[in-house]
This record gives sequence, C-alpha cells and structure tokens, in this order.
Amino acid sequence: MHVAIIKYNAGNIMSVEFALKRLGVECEVTDDFEKIKSADKVIFPGVGEAETTMRFLKNAKLDLLIKDLTQPVLGICLGLQLMCSYSEEGDTPCLGIFQEKVLRFEPKLKVPHMGWNTITELKSPLLYGLSEASYVYFVHSFYAQVGEHTIAKTNYINDFSAALNYKNFYATQFHPEKSSDVGLSILKNFVERVV
Amino acid sequence: MLAKRIIPCLDIRDGQTVKGINFENIRNVGDPVELGAEYSRQGADELVYLDITASHEKRKLFSDLVKRIAQNLNIPFTVGGGINEMSDAERLLAAGADKISINSAAVRNPQLIDQIAKGFGSQFVVVAIDAKFEDGKWTVFLNGGRIPTDKELFSWAKEAQDRGCGEILFTSMNHDGVKQGFACEALSQLSLSLNIPVIASGGAGNMDHFVDVFTKGNADAGLAASIFHFKEIAIPDLKNYLHKHNIPVRLS
Repeated sequence: MHVAIIKYNAGNIMSVEFALKRLGVECEVTDDFEKIKSADKVIFPGVGEAETTMRFLKNAKLDLLIKDLTQPVLGICLGLQLMCSYSEEGDTPCLGIFQEKVLRFEPKLKVPHMGWNTITELKSPLLYGLSEASYVYFVHSFYAQVGEHTIAKTNYINDFSAALNYKNFYATQFHPEKSSDVGLSILKNFVERVV
Repeated sequence: MLAKRIIPCLDIRDGQTVKGINFENIRNVGDPVELGAEYSRQGADELVYLDITASHEKRKLFSDLVKRIAQNLNIPFTVGGGINEMSDAERLLAAGADKISINSAAVRNPQLIDQIAKGFGSQFVVVAIDAKFEDGKWTVFLNGGRIPTDKELFSWAKEAQDRGCGEILFTSMNHDGVKQGFACEALSQLSLSLNIPVIASGGAGNMDHFVDVFTKGNADAGLAASIFHFKEIAIPDLKNYLHKHNIPVRLS
C-alpha cells in the first residue's frame, strides 16, 4: 500500500503525512504526476483560498490529473470544496467531481465554523465503525450543500455535507488528521476498506 | 452541535513545560510532547504551546519541538511566543503548527496580522491579548504583562478581527493564577462584540469556573494550565461535569 499526498501551495500538508505515518502507512508528499498516478491511494489535502488554489492547480495541470484518477482519492477540507462544481469563494468554477455547490456561511453564528462538531447520517465504508454523532474537527467559512453525494452531514448555521462520495472520489470537510481517534479510524478506513 | 473546547496551555522554556503564578515563580512540570499526548488521550480538544524562552538562539529548539509535537499529536495545536515577523510564522507553519498566536508583535506592528492572515489564512492566526482591569478600563499589556500600552481590550480585539485574525485568546491578568474564576463579564462583552471565537484564559480554579465561562462568559473555549498540570482537575471529569450542566462538549 502506497499513498500519495498531493503537494501544492496549500498550508499544513505535513499533518496528513504524520497521521498516516502514525498508522504505519507508507506515504509520500509529491507533485510528481507519475508517482501520483501510480499510487494505490491519493490524498488531496488543503488549507487555503479557493480561487488562488484553483488557479494554481490549473497552471500546474493538477486539475486534469486529479479528475482522471481512478484509484480511491480522499479530499480534505479545501480539497472537498475544490472537488465540488463551484465555490462562492472568489466565484470560482471548481473540479466538478461532485455536483454540490460550495456556499459561504450566513454569519448568524461565528464564522469560521471552528472546533469539534458531530457528523450524522453516516453512510460509507469511509465512515465504517463510527458512531452516529461522532465528533470531528472543522475549520472553514464555506460549506458544501447537502446533495445526492453526501455521506455525512453536520449542522452549523445550516445542514451541510461533512463528507461526500462519488465513484472513487471521497472527501471530508473536517480534518481527519486532527480529529483524534475518530479521525484516525477514518484514515484507516480509507487505506484499508475503501476500494 | 459545535462543542465548547477545553484547551490545556503548556508554557515551554528550554524545551520543558513550566508553570508560573502571575507570570512569576516558574516550576518545571514535564516533557511537552508526552504531556500533550496525555492531554489528548484524556480528551483535550486542542493544545496551546507558548515558548517563553528568552534567548534568540533557543528559538530553533522550539521549532524542533513543534515538529515533534506535530508528528505525535492528533488534535490541533497552537504555538506562540517570539513571533515577530512573517518568517517566524512561516517557520512554525513549516514545522507543522496548526495555528500561531501573536501578542506583543501584533500590538507593535498590527500589519503583521493582515500579512499572516493573507499569507496563510485567518484560521492560522490567533491574537493573544493580556489585559488588566484598572481605573475602570481594560488596558492591554505587552511582554508577558510587564509593559502597559495605550490600547484598550475591546477596541484592540475588534481591530485584530478586522485585520483578519481567526480567534482571540484573552487573558485577564487580574484573574490569572489566582484560581477565583474567569473574567466572565469582560469575556461575555468581548465574545458578543466579535464574530470570531474567543478563548478564555486566566482564573480557572474549579469545574464551576468552566461552567461559568461558557454560560455567563459566552466563551467558545476555556484555557487553563496549572489546574491540569498539577492534576487538580482531570479533563474527563471536567467534560462530564460540563455535559451534566448542558454545555455541549466532546466526550470520548
């Protein structure tokens, strides 16, 4: 099992690598196309802003590479948002893997949505073994709508997609690498159960 | 529902966790990585590591420590102390910190908040404010509470928010170390006047103080050091206690 973590201009990618290493999974942070294509699994992490990041991905032709991957792919945080069809952040067309749209939270409560919140209506091997209403760690100001690809929901200001899945593409809005034992289970499921 | 966070704070000097009272009388309480991992196992929601090392040379030691923390910890952590410019923030991000907290440098050069937020995102920037209530107002202090400024807590916090910081960590110097409860009135005013999370610090002495800080103080997170380090309150007990008082917390 070899996991490629896509390297690009996003913040704190290392924490994903460290989490996989704690699980004993062989992994590498790389922007080498061949290494990404030949990996058993790919993680598309992300902290940052949608428009500049999308532009970076396009310039590096990583947008096409990601869309064409056939092995299981896990997007995290901004990774999830960029895998959707569109983001209100910077009015940005995104990868379009999930048809759900990414919208800005109405500031009825504090934004960003930061801290531990529960995930419910879990339905995916990615979330195998987790209890309903498990807590995971979020930091974000934009959210993906609930849609047909939603595999877990969270409520903050409104319901949104905490996780999505379509074909071989999976994504979480929260940070499994920062979500204690629950997060490690999710990464473990991605490595061991998702095919 | 979004949980209220419990955050142990570890002061680091020369690579070891230490704890002083009222910023003085410092004692050694153990290895930062081990202590952090233990807090994580007990259910801490996040950790703050503050580098109180005085000398410049030893700052490199702290970056190495941050990397070790990142490798071993599976909850978010903030690091602070000695961050004066963009390159310090960059170095700590590269070492694996989830957030940095800036204090004196932000007061001296408020532009730093804008720069770091723009470069690495608002979620990366916590502005820490040490303030003391005297003569009817909350005055912001620098350098671990030694130097008074002409800034006032509420307007400075608002400015920090407007410049792009993602959280405010407010320490009441009147309450810090004396274990008589948090500055709930000021915290509530602060929290309700901002639309970013407020971390309350200074004054935790028992579990009811945490109930108060989340109800009366409207804080998003409660931070404490000595009561956790000296095992006066166990985090699982505290979480259960808050849960019984209908405060949303993450129970493991």
